[in-house]
Amino acid sequence: MSEQAVLYDAPGPRAKRRVAIGTAAAVVLILALVYVVFDRLADRGQFTMEKWGPLVNPSNENFSLVWNVLAEGLVNTLKAAALAMVLSVVLGTVIAVGRLSLGRAGRLPLVAIVELLRGLPVVILIYYGVRVLPDVGVDLSGLPGGRVLWGLVLGLTLYNMVIFAEVVRAGVLSLPRGQREAALATGLTNGQAMRIVLLPQAFRVMLPAIISQLVVVLKDTSLITFVGNFDELLGQGESVQRNLDNPIQTFVVIALLYISLNYALSRLAQYIQQRQARAGRSAGGRIAEQTTTAGA
Amino acid sequence: MEAVTQNLDLYWAGFRTSLGICLVAMVGSLLLGTVIAACRVSPVPPLRGLGTFWVNTFRNTPLSVVLFFCAFGLPEIGINRSFYFFGVLGLVLYTSAFVCEAIRSGINSVSAGQAEAARSVGLTFTQSLRFVVLPQALRTVVPPLGSVIIAMFKNSAVVGAFGVGADLFSVGNTLTSARGFETLPVFTGVAIGYLAITLPAGALLQVIERKVAIAR
Repeated sequence: MSEQAVLYDAPGPRAKRRVAIGTAAAVVLILALVYVVFDRLADRGQFTMEKWGPLVNPSNENFSLVWNVLAEGLVNTLKAAALAMVLSVVLGTVIAVGRLSLGRAGRLPLVAIVELLRGLPVVILIYYGVRVLPDVGVDLSGLPGGRVLWGLVLGLTLYNMVIFAEVVRAGVLSLPRGQREAALATGLTNGQAMRIVLLPQAFRVMLPAIISQLVVVLKDTSLITFVGNFDELLGQGESVQRNLDNPIQTFVVIALLYISLNYALSRLAQYIQQRQARAGRSAGGRIAEQTTTAGA
Repeated sequence: MEAVTQNLDLYWAGFRTSLGICLVAMVGSLLLGTVIAACRVSPVPPLRGLGTFWVNTFRNTPLSVVLFFCAFGLPEIGINRSFYFFGVLGLVLYTSAFVCEAIRSGINSVSAGQAEAARSVGLTFTQSLRFVVLPQALRTVVPPLGSVIIAMFKNSAVVGAFGVGADLFSVGNTLTSARGFETLPVFTGVAIGYLAITLPAGALLQVIERKVAIAR
């Protein structure tokens, strides 16, 4: 409730009555809406066990087959996401450090790369990784996991590393200047000050922003469906629904899987943010909101 | 590079289609997102719940899953439309969640003292909203809303890849698969098409951000 305090006072008797009336009206409206949707779904036979059985009924003949296919997809999704996450956080940090410590001449190409990659749709970068690279003679098929996995990881990494770079840079810039000055005064070199003093604090400040970008990475793995053959969660779901002819049911299950994975990640971000706020150990400013996590 | 120069008219048509998708989806998602945001800050609990449910659902589902659900799921219950319709619909549903969050964070960024002061000098609810809260909220909303819209333009490539046809990404697909041009020049052309929008838009957004920034 407290966050709504901007717009209105604590309700008095009249406002309480209005809220009660509004609540009743909204409940009726929402129930009516739900009824219409359910009626339509039931009318078209979308609640039959024929459609849902393979997904929810363990004794269905297709149940184990379907879930084996989906589990394989889940594993591949997590594999690609994990690789892309690690690579893009590491490379992003390198770029951020470069932008913060190089001179004007050295910064310029980095700024150009960041702006360029940030302006491109991620699906195009994945296309470059999966389709264009083999055409220009770069062969990734020697790597464990295969060509498409690494093409996907490369595309995701290119797109997300510059976002992580911006996040980390914002984190370092949010620290009070005294942190770096004190580090240098105690005799640390520039590099040491960055590594030992600034980066650890920057990461702590920006962790929520970093984790919400990790959610984006996880979601974007599914874009490979449009570009190449890789048996990740969405692709597997697509073939399940094609065989069983139950698109609504399958995609609801797929969406729920993504939502629970991402919800877990977001909850982790919230938990860490709260713990940090309590501990108050960082010298850094609170800028974790607002930064670069919009959309995509 | 002649793959691009030979087909400039195709690129141009694709570019316009992409812009068209983006424009329609922008209007749709701004409207829908505002409604959802209004639900999320309303004093009525069920509406707040509905808003939260909406945002959590669409923010955590990949756009591609939303698109698949629209295009394969909706015909099952008798909603038969073109791929273009489903593509734009998916983009609107997905983006509305981000629009909602941008607007909500703007409203919440106005400090409570502002509205309290407005109420204590006797302004009514509409007046305090109209003269005190919204003018400040809108300023903070502009930058995040701008980046949501830019992200949406980039996401129109996903809608294209999904098979809407004739947008910038699909032009790339057509040229490489059906006409056998090489992928590198064709998709570099496509990339330039997207950059032609996102780079200026990003720069413009930074200027606006500086203009409307208020010291708090």
